[in-house]
Amino acid sequence: MNEYIVSQHTYYRVFGALLILTLLTWGVSYIPFSPGWSVVIALTIAICKGSLVVLFFMHVRYSNQRIWVFVGAGIFWLVLLIALTLSDYLTRSYTLLAF
Amino acid sequence: MAAPSHPALAHQFDDLPQQYDAASTGMWAFLLTEIMFFGGLFVAYTVYRQAYLPGFTEASQHLDVFLGTLNTAILIGSSLAMAMAVHAAQTDQQQHLRRFLWLTILLGAIFLGIKGYEYWHKYHENLIPGSHFDYHGAHREAVQLFLVFYFVMTGMHALHMIIGIGLLAVLVILASRGRFSATYHTPIETIGLYWHFVDIIWIFLYPLLYLIGHHS
Repeated sequence: MNEYIVSQHTYYRVFGALLILTLLTWGVSYIPFSPGWSVVIALTIAICKGSLVVLFFMHVRYSNQRIWVFVGAGIFWLVLLIALTLSDYLTRSYTLLAF
Repeated sequence: MAAPSHPALAHQFDDLPQQYDAASTGMWAFLLTEIMFFGGLFVAYTVYRQAYLPGFTEASQHLDVFLGTLNTAILIGSSLAMAMAVHAAQTDQQQHLRRFLWLTILLGAIFLGIKGYEYWHKYHENLIPGSHFDYHGAHREAVQLFLVFYFVMTGMHALHMIIGIGLLAVLVILASRGRFSATYHTPIETIGLYWHFVDIIWIFLYPLLYLIGHHS
């Protein structure tokens, strides 16, 4: 196989980092930031955790350029989906529905 | 005469590395469609949270943050077990491979058990959206909307985990028949990719559903 064998040591360190980041995002949620900032902080930590999983557990760090293109395409279309939708909703002057 | 080919090598491929390349690329292509599927749910959630911020914050306080955090740790643990199973296959450690596959299944099942307990709890509090929804706060409709997102998103995530556990069970059977080795373990790798992806979905669901209502 032309694949890279990631060491067990690396897996354990990534696991430790993921647990620490989980406790961090839990702890930070008790700090009264504004709703906007708490989401930004929570998502930043989530993106860090997701990146660790993609790069090490899913071996993308050690994969060829084709896999990088696939991952990049996924992120690109997701960003497009989020950015274009929110550029509409976040700039409207009225609320969505009046409950 | 050519050397006898590996029994797992399909005839359309030149060799096992090429077959592995095609299989992992195929799984990534499938995962891209999954990103768009869950991405749509995440965007819808974001739009409605922005529209009904007080109601969504209030509703989030009805989720059990401790159980959500515990489940996050359990799922990360199952991802570690899956990664270790791949490592065991790559280094031809048959017993370790089976044990880590079982551990992955076990941790996944514990996650689903805790999730089921949370659902059961919501049922007893009459917080399932629909005709029996019983909530008397200032933001009744927005709270109900949040819970629709909660049940749809965590439900779709749980469905993916149930499918994943089924796939892992097949891997355990194949592994016990000695089908995997250092030269061939493509199914372990590709189903591992799927399992880690489901973990990533939860990594984003956890803060968005459980943590946003904490402080206020």
